[in-house]
Amino acid sequence: MTQKFEFTVNGKPVGVDLDNEETPLLNVLRNNLGLMGTRFGCGLEQCGCCTVLIDGRPEKCCAKPVWSVAGKSVVTIEGIGTPERPHPLQQAFIDEQAGQCGYCLSGIVVSAKALLDNNPAPTRAEIAQALDDNICRCGSHNRILRAVEKAAAQLRGGQQ
Amino acid sequence: MNAPVLPGPLKDNPSLARWVAFPAPGQVAINTGRVEIGQGVLTAMVQIAADELDVAMTRIAIRSGSTAVTPNEGYTAGSQSIQFGGVAMRQACADVRALFLAQAAKVLACPVNELSIRDGSILRKGASTGQDYWTLAGAVDLNVDAGGSGARKPIAELESIGTSSARLDLPAKIFGDAIFIHDMRLPGMQHARVVRQPNRGATIGSVDERAILRVAKAPVAFVRQGNFLAILGDDETAVDLAAVAADSHVKWQNVETPTAIQQEANWLLQRPAVDRVFGAEPADAKGRERFERTYSRGYLAHASISPSCGLAHYDNGHLTVWTHCQGVFPLRAALVKTLGLEASAITVHHVQGSGCYGHNGSDDAAADAAIVAMQLPGKPIRVRWRREEEFIYEPKTPAMIVKVHALLDEAGKPTDWTQEIWSPTHNQRPGAGGNLLGALALPHPPPEPPPNDVPESNGGGATRNAEPLYDIAAKRHIHHLVTETPVRTSALRGLGAMPNVFALECCIDELAERAGVYPVAYRLAITADQRARAVIEKVAAMANWQAGEPGGAGRGRGIAFARYKNRAAYAACVVELDVDEEIRLRHVWCATDAGLVINPDGVINQLEGGIIQSASWVLKEQVRFDNSVALGHASFDWETYPVLKFSEVPEIDIELINTKDEVPLGVGEVTAGPTAAAIGNAVSHALGTRIRDLPLTRERIMASLLKE
Repeated sequence: MTQKFEFTVNGKPVGVDLDNEETPLLNVLRNNLGLMGTRFGCGLEQCGCCTVLIDGRPEKCCAKPVWSVAGKSVVTIEGIGTPERPHPLQQAFIDEQAGQCGYCLSGIVVSAKALLDNNPAPTRAEIAQALDDNICRCGSHNRILRAVEKAAAQLRGGQQ
Repeated sequence: MNAPVLPGPLKDNPSLARWVAFPAPGQVAINTGRVEIGQGVLTAMVQIAADELDVAMTRIAIRSGSTAVTPNEGYTAGSQSIQFGGVAMRQACADVRALFLAQAAKVLACPVNELSIRDGSILRKGASTGQDYWTLAGAVDLNVDAGGSGARKPIAELESIGTSSARLDLPAKIFGDAIFIHDMRLPGMQHARVVRQPNRGATIGSVDERAILRVAKAPVAFVRQGNFLAILGDDETAVDLAAVAADSHVKWQNVETPTAIQQEANWLLQRPAVDRVFGAEPADAKGRERFERTYSRGYLAHASISPSCGLAHYDNGHLTVWTHCQGVFPLRAALVKTLGLEASAITVHHVQGSGCYGHNGSDDAAADAAIVAMQLPGKPIRVRWRREEEFIYEPKTPAMIVKVHALLDEAGKPTDWTQEIWSPTHNQRPGAGGNLLGALALPHPPPEPPPNDVPESNGGGATRNAEPLYDIAAKRHIHHLVTETPVRTSALRGLGAMPNVFALECCIDELAERAGVYPVAYRLAITADQRARAVIEKVAAMANWQAGEPGGAGRGRGIAFARYKNRAAYAACVVELDVDEEIRLRHVWCATDAGLVINPDGVINQLEGGIIQSASWVLKEQVRFDNSVALGHASFDWETYPVLKFSEVPEIDIELINTKDEVPLGVGEVTAGPTAAAIGNAVSHALGTRIRDLPLTRERIMASLLKE
């Protein structure tokens, strides 16, 4: 039986009609809403490629049933910033050339956003810990850590 | 005068039109057979073309890896893209530039040496002439063979080459654009999953379609050919559910399950093998001291962050395939064998996937899509592997045993060195003979390929870096190519270089200790090669290496060195770490000589990646088998195959030297061996006891401490 699921994505209300209420949010974002920035990595909530903000908290959405986000606010990488108006994190990732294949970066930027929203001045160890649920296989870790530090400083008003 | 020697890829693809075009005013198009696998190669190619064509990088659009338009450069592998593909691009652009300057001289009725090019415009004695690439393009035929006579710019005049240009592909990845193959959606596309044949020769006993359909909760269809079975439909969620259900509702016969004993490198010692010997005859051992040590490493997974994906569309007798594999032309050749189509009826395009470190499941996923698409003409098919599927079915890098036999002189220096290797093959790429997983399940599977490994002319497979670069009077290596293996094996970053360098560089440390000489001094005493000495001395200085630092108290430092393939880039690493029950990496210093550097930051990024990935292999990684779990594969997700995490990554400092040399050398694989051996040496320094088997797990550390 088709049901309508309503929530907001990047500030805009959306409604999707689905037969299977267990459809993972990731599939809804990618296949129903055309938002490809949230990546599929494992489908097992292990790698962090699919991390989005749900009511402000970083959550993996590859196995999160769509019914569980009804009425909630979802923010994806597309809602963090754009090339025209990059979020300081995205600008810092570009400045630090923080990435190799880049497949993990959507989830990492979202996880980092959640960290900085709650902790504007994290230590390097706190950043690393916050990103431990995100796997980077290419080995861009140190650049990513530097980029998050840089963005944090930027967001605090340019103090280093 | 002899004709100039063309770089290999340009010799193979001589038509300049295959490399460079001027499609519209102000625009330049370049084509490379090399593909972006996370290493930044496309940015480097654009930098090269910008310099040799004298145009701004922003004018250049690059196309890569397409059987329809780009040169055939085989595989993007072996750290050869810049060393060969980049040099070919440089020469092609230099030849094109020379043709345009000659045409400009004709039009302007002046000698060529009065002309120059600035951002595509022709200048005469520095003044504008009104001519440019685009006004002249109609009169310059690029459908001519490269002569190789176009003068490449002197190193000192290069502007773009040697600068840290930002990666062209990164912004799209940071803003979440739909640029990966996984993001491709074609009109009418069907999502498909393959119910994988567990092993060559396994046959389908029964398929309970009704049970699978019940789980899917939406319509899905089955495509079957022999033992190749796929499930497809419009709704990816339903197809995924059906694929998971098929694990229980498709029964297989003739299943072979790997066992725990087979996961250990030692299992290789008594297997059938093809034996080969390379190098000098053994010296007279009389009066010489003999020294023998054995090192090992288990099977590793590539563990790309995303599972493989492939798309295919068979329409009007033509098959189009999209893949993230390393070689679109070899894949096309393998598809010709598998599908019985002519090469002219198949087009293969590369689309970026997640980081690729060698032969993973990408070719197989593309073949899966192609096999399904051939059954359903007109319908685009997208196959995306499941995470577990990637871990279980991607080709593994082989377990290896490396035994060093050395003869020593009175001072404890080696005079005769034998490295004896037991390893399955490092090459079962599809181009080698239709070796695609899907093909093995079809009614007429291709025969098993004969035992082979990467030839020595290509740097060797298991034998890669088996010979020390050090000054040793006689060197040889013995290769036992093991032909019976529990899993399919193939290429991973550096092939045999990592285990070989681990063995020989750990052994050098053991010899240094035995001789009572510190590791840096011992290496320098047996190294005449100036570039080798330079990186060793440089990294020692970077790390403020002190001879005779006390060890054995839980903190240790180790050094190691290699020249990749003994003919490519040089790298030396120093590792500092702490060990109690587990290893915590503190700092890695690395000095590299990769010759001419196109993009310094890009090179450093690759070196860092190589260090971190190697550290992950050494500390954590081994593919495990257990015949009590499904299909015998105990490593099937990120919990059963963990890799290094953010909080476990060391500080890294890298310096590049000799960056203005004439010849550029690849860097993606150069740090793997030195990192592994430097960790091994640092652990020995920290513990006062040596572990010779990888990975350096908690169990091995505890066992080694108990042995003391």
